[in-house]
Amino acid sequence: MSAATPARTRLYDVKAVREAFPILRTTVHGKPLVYLDNAASAQKPRSVIEAEKAVYESYYSNVHRGVHQLSVLSTEAYEAARTKVRDFLHARESREIIFLRGTTEAVNLVAQTYGRSKVGAGDEVLITTLEHHSNIVPWQLLCEEKGARLRVAPINDAGEVDLDAFERLLSPRTRMVAVAHVSNALGTINPVKQMVEMAHRRGAPVLIDGAQGVPHLRVDVAEMGCDFYAFSGHKVYGPSGAGVLYGRAELLEAMPPWQGGGEMIASVTFEKTTYNVLPHKFEAGTPNIAGVIALGAAIDYVTDLGLEAIAAHEHDLLAYGTRALTAIPGLRLVGTAREKAGVLSFVLDGIHPHDIGTVLDYEGIAVRTGHHCAQPVMERFGLPATTRASLGCFNTREEIDALVGGLHKVQEVFGG
Amino acid sequence: MNELRELYQEVILDHSKRPRNFREMEGASGKAEGFNPLCGDQATVYVRLEGDVVKDVSFKGAGCSISTASASMMTEALKGKTRAEAEALFERFHALITRGRSEGAAPDLGKLAVFSGVGECPVRVKCASLPWHTVKAALRGEGQVSTEQT
Repeated sequence: MSAATPARTRLYDVKAVREAFPILRTTVHGKPLVYLDNAASAQKPRSVIEAEKAVYESYYSNVHRGVHQLSVLSTEAYEAARTKVRDFLHARESREIIFLRGTTEAVNLVAQTYGRSKVGAGDEVLITTLEHHSNIVPWQLLCEEKGARLRVAPINDAGEVDLDAFERLLSPRTRMVAVAHVSNALGTINPVKQMVEMAHRRGAPVLIDGAQGVPHLRVDVAEMGCDFYAFSGHKVYGPSGAGVLYGRAELLEAMPPWQGGGEMIASVTFEKTTYNVLPHKFEAGTPNIAGVIALGAAIDYVTDLGLEAIAAHEHDLLAYGTRALTAIPGLRLVGTAREKAGVLSFVLDGIHPHDIGTVLDYEGIAVRTGHHCAQPVMERFGLPATTRASLGCFNTREEIDALVGGLHKVQEVFGG
Repeated sequence: MNELRELYQEVILDHSKRPRNFREMEGASGKAEGFNPLCGDQATVYVRLEGDVVKDVSFKGAGCSISTASASMMTEALKGKTRAEAEALFERFHALITRGRSEGAAPDLGKLAVFSGVGECPVRVKCASLPWHTVKAALRGEGQVSTEQT
């Protein structure tokens, strides 16, 4: 968790933040919405909604195509978003930023291009137990195709990766390491810098799944040293269908293209096609133009609010929520890592998460129930499912209180 | 709270806490496993037929209150029914849980009518229907069903 000063915490005006999110005025089953499902997808501030609207209302056209004015304006705005993402991730060059649909597509791209060209029979890909399915299945598909082996670093009872085991599992055959920055099901913050160093000592490149990292932590890919970093716009208050793959230029240059089509080519004849330069080589077809521009607005939004200030606010809520939830008899938190961000995953004795989710819904409280696309995590803890409250920049202590009240109601309905 | 009570009626809560016919069955003439991969629910349903008549039906497994109560009440409803009657009952039950309360109570469902609230809560339909899909598979000698294939 970020070490922000108390002074900054006091300056954070959550009421003003809430004003910026139009959806927070809505009601659900007649109750004010308490949105605690940000890890699934975050809500959008007005500036993001307006940015997307403005594209369609005033300057929409295809990008990198026409000579006409609208195409120029759309291209400029689209490329400005790339510059914002570059600065946001502290990447060296804009061409290291590839726009895709989201984290899932980014991981698949790396598996299908870098992975397919570098991983062979008998080689190994190393992941961890706490990965989201989107950072498991693309590697499984690759390993099946190549006759390679998927190795999995275990986690302890708190939900932290066993770093000794992780290091032992790195072998001379390890061709790729893929690790979540923050676990979506448990909230664990992985020590990614240390893990990257370990992997690099063995000559293995590292992809960081940053889907849950970017909304809660300041990301510096240069300092982290990772080779690839992927994230989704919709989890950081931007639109869905617009996400990012960062890759070190040397690796991206050497990788074969993924999808073929328009935009990604330099010239096409039936005898031979030459590919476009980075980043366009990996952006075949017309992209989510307005979505990417609105993602740029989302990055402006969190940057203006202050990443440290958001992290400090969420840290305070997480500590408050942890105390409040653990005081409920029969409630057990799942995921108690020392370094944690944004997630309160839990089970209630004798009550199924779906029943909890339904009762909370009637109280206007949105949480996620189920396996959170992380079935190996559930299996590790011997649970079919958990209930997960996940925090964002606009949540308040009062909303945590509402959650606690809702859980008492759950126990009232199902108790005895 | 009214909608909530509509969904979680006392009968449903009672069956979810004290499920009837919650046991494995020796000498079953059919059994099938049902899965809901979205929530990890799993139930095994056992049937014993004499001729064409369901003499005994039981279940084991873990699920939410809606799926547990649905399985429990299903076992009570099916005893003594022929296979054709069981499938016909499932059709009527399925119609009940997939339409809103506004469309009126289904005819001759007896106690099963308490599941009408599920029709107002579309995401829970699969919870209520899983045991029925599973018993249908058991009666037809099919081994497995999943909510994502039905």
